[in-house]
Amino acid sequence: MDPIIKIVTFPGTNCEYDVLKQLNFLGADAELIWHQESDLGSCSGIVLPGGFAHGDYLRPGAIARFSPIMEQVIKFAESGGPVIGICNGFQVLTECGLLPGALSKNDRMRFICKTVSCVVKTSGSVLTSAAVAGQTLHLPINHGEGNYVCDEETLKYLRENNLAVLTYTEDVNGSVEQIAGISNKAGNVVGLMPHPERATDPLLGSTDGQVLLRSFIEASK
Amino acid sequence: MEKKHILLGLTDDEFDLVKEKLGREPNDLELAMYSVMWSEHCSYKSSRIHLGRLPSESPRVLVGPGENAGVIDVGDNIAIAIRIESHNHPSAVEPYQGAATGAGGIIRDIFTMGARPIALMDPLFTGFPEKPHNAYLLDGIVKGISGYGNSVGVPTVGGNLVFDACYNQNPLVNVFCLGILPKDRLVLGRASGVGNLVVLLGSSTGRDGIGGVSILASAAFGDEEGADGNASQSASKRPSVQVGDPYEEKRLIEASLALLDAHLVVAIQDLGGAGLACATSELAARGRVAMDVYLSEIPLREADMTPPEIMTSESQERMLAIVKPDDFESVQKICQKLEVQASVIGRIVPDNADCLSQLRILSESGGKVLADMPAATLADEAPKYNRKITPPQPLGELQDLISPTSRSADNHSTDSRHSHEINGNDAVLKLLFDPSFVYEQYDHQLFTNTICGPGEADAAVLKLSTPDIAFTGKALALSSDANPNYCAINPRLGTAITVAESALNVACTGAEPIGLVNCLNFGNPEHGEVMWQLSESIDGMSEACKQLDIPVVGGNVSLYNASEGKDILPTPVVAVVGLIENIDKQPPVIGLTPGETLILLGTTEQNLCGSAAARLYENSSPSPHACTLPHLDMNFHKRLIGFITELVGSQIGGSKNILKELPGVAGDLVTHIHDVSFGGIALALCEMAIKSQCGAEITGINTTADLFSESPSRVIVCTKFPEILTALAERHGIPAQIIGSTGGKKLQINNLLDLDVSDISYKSRMYLPTYLEVTDRE
Repeated sequence: MDPIIKIVTFPGTNCEYDVLKQLNFLGADAELIWHQESDLGSCSGIVLPGGFAHGDYLRPGAIARFSPIMEQVIKFAESGGPVIGICNGFQVLTECGLLPGALSKNDRMRFICKTVSCVVKTSGSVLTSAAVAGQTLHLPINHGEGNYVCDEETLKYLRENNLAVLTYTEDVNGSVEQIAGISNKAGNVVGLMPHPERATDPLLGSTDGQVLLRSFIEASK
Repeated sequence: MEKKHILLGLTDDEFDLVKEKLGREPNDLELAMYSVMWSEHCSYKSSRIHLGRLPSESPRVLVGPGENAGVIDVGDNIAIAIRIESHNHPSAVEPYQGAATGAGGIIRDIFTMGARPIALMDPLFTGFPEKPHNAYLLDGIVKGISGYGNSVGVPTVGGNLVFDACYNQNPLVNVFCLGILPKDRLVLGRASGVGNLVVLLGSSTGRDGIGGVSILASAAFGDEEGADGNASQSASKRPSVQVGDPYEEKRLIEASLALLDAHLVVAIQDLGGAGLACATSELAARGRVAMDVYLSEIPLREADMTPPEIMTSESQERMLAIVKPDDFESVQKICQKLEVQASVIGRIVPDNADCLSQLRILSESGGKVLADMPAATLADEAPKYNRKITPPQPLGELQDLISPTSRSADNHSTDSRHSHEINGNDAVLKLLFDPSFVYEQYDHQLFTNTICGPGEADAAVLKLSTPDIAFTGKALALSSDANPNYCAINPRLGTAITVAESALNVACTGAEPIGLVNCLNFGNPEHGEVMWQLSESIDGMSEACKQLDIPVVGGNVSLYNASEGKDILPTPVVAVVGLIENIDKQPPVIGLTPGETLILLGTTEQNLCGSAAARLYENSSPSPHACTLPHLDMNFHKRLIGFITELVGSQIGGSKNILKELPGVAGDLVTHIHDVSFGGIALALCEMAIKSQCGAEITGINTTADLFSESPSRVIVCTKFPEILTALAERHGIPAQIIGSTGGKKLQINNLLDLDVSDISYKSRMYLPTYLEVTDRE
């Protein structure tokens, strides 16, 4: 069996089918995997999709990191496998320590669902390899807790290694340096708050998310 | 001390009727169950005799009113389920939880039918947010919908926001839900099969929401006098409001759909108002079977709950399923995986000799019988009241709803009393506000179906698709509408115009209207003039739906809505669903493209009666027949809907019939489209200008009455091909008038209106945050 992309589903996750549909639309093989599984099977890449894993109770991602599948996700990431976390998935990645910093409540304390402008800062990640640094993308955001925060040291580390792969063109939620997405140093683990799968189908308006998903699909081959 | 049944909300006569049905005195548990089941909210006892006048049939209708949701066939073995409900009184008492559990309840009604819920709409009506209490209510309501809807994973794609002082203490929170199902997954709430198990799924039962339907939803509301009258009343009723858990509901949706897919349930019913009392009696009565319920098996949050509390608790996120004993293990397996509690709490049992579908509540299996009642006496046999109807005096001159003659302003008495008082710029700035502050707090894109989201077009447009049903080129259009000003002046015509507007809204996205649900929000039914409004409104809806061939597949009635001792304006809300047979590009949205021409389709009646602009200059609420509303020519309206549906539908992928008449059109005939309703042409043009940050110069509108009239059956179209479009419209019997051209940064309408687009954008955008963001700092 050819290795395929696995989309991790926790109870409360709700974007799993959207990611699956759009990955399929772009020609990739993908399937859902339940959070209680402890074996990834034949896996070429992992998506942690958006939603409210475990109801976001306690703190978004705080309970999800303890699901059995997460041990395997961490192993896969540490061996260099491509992993992306979208929205709630980004929150899970910071909670489990694969990415630094945290996502706190939007500075105006309200949920925000709208399309915003983002700039690709580097093509050095599995999510942005097919994009060009400086490229502007119109992407939908949909979160109550997307305000990226980190300590000074981490910020310095992100800057020095050019790890803020995606930033907003204006302040949308209070994120430090308008960060919309970051990667680890190796570039194989990326978390972002915008939803590229919501900007893939031409009938829905923007197709700017395609370049991100295509990058990930390419990295997952 | 007051009599027990009075405290529970039953009248002396109703208590006597209970005794007659039982042939004896009811015990406390039985009395508690009758009081919730015979409440206005559950039994529709004041409205039922009128609701039968609504047309509910069409070849597409699979399930009409009376079930948990209406179901309409959309072809290819796919159906949609729709329903709308109110959660007005809980939201007045506790806005966040009231609105949140409103969403939760309606979502359960949809997946109860086997449909995956894929869209919500929220028509909201509150007092003006300048008043801090109204801002607090509105903000709490919006946050409740956002907090629950986003987390449960059902996008909120549309709605309305209407301000009027009549809703000061009594906001209206209506919630519409749409689901999609494969036709063979359709299930009805009918228990069957002696020996089958009664299985309670989801949350444990607690003390929240006890008596919600009877104490909160079905009693005179907000009529206590005094400075803090409402505050103390609200506080005392707060325990009757349920508390929602969207995470539990999300798992319940997945579990219920999985059980239905695996054909593991015989019947299923959600628990909402009146809790277990309602679900058990309705399942048994509809299925004509007898049922035993064992209280000891019901998982409780608190150990010392009394039997009446357990049976009437409105704890959220629960479903009741009928399961064959052999299937229970498989049910448990699915529920365990999805982390949903499943408990056998009863059985279908052999009926008694009289076949009365006896519902018995036992302390435990084989234990003491605590209640024993024919299920139908609870579910179906509440008294039906033909309450007194008092037409307003003097009645004035009633209008014919449908006129065979064509519309002509001078055939009808016009109302332009206010036209000389209205300053165009001033009126626009007072009426215009941008609701994006509200809908940007709602996930409106989940499922990647949303082709047109909130505020983009006259209706929300969604791909007809779910995770388990692939997109085949069809789409649905949804619009919810209300017109309380018009309905206060003439409830019959006002309601007909509301239906007409909603149908036209879906047509503007290229959809054919295929079904309607309504939420009838009115005042106290014990007031004869309120019953007159209700009865007239139902007649107006009935006539309009018959004329437009739109079946009414479900509805909800919310009575006893009042603020400061005064009944609210009659507020029938309708939600129309339209079907687009084929879509391969986005429909034209609200907006303007520079360098094009604006055309008005339809004719304006110079009549400001009931208009929002006129209301600005009136000190009192609109009253019955204070003036004569603009005329509605239903034959013309039907023609207009047909024309627009075909015009837009052919452009976005439908049959190209209409375009065959048009050799030589390169590109889209319709660049933008917007219906004319609240605030008339003035507000329609402002909204189009703001969306695109583009101005327009209008030369074809000459009077204030033309500018602000809300007469029905009109749309504004922005086009590159004015001559072709005008000729085409006229060939289809639709008057078309070129009213101006687009471009620049100003909206200028003769000497009537002169506004900077950036200025009105800023002011309209700032309106809601100015008042609502304050509450964040409290």
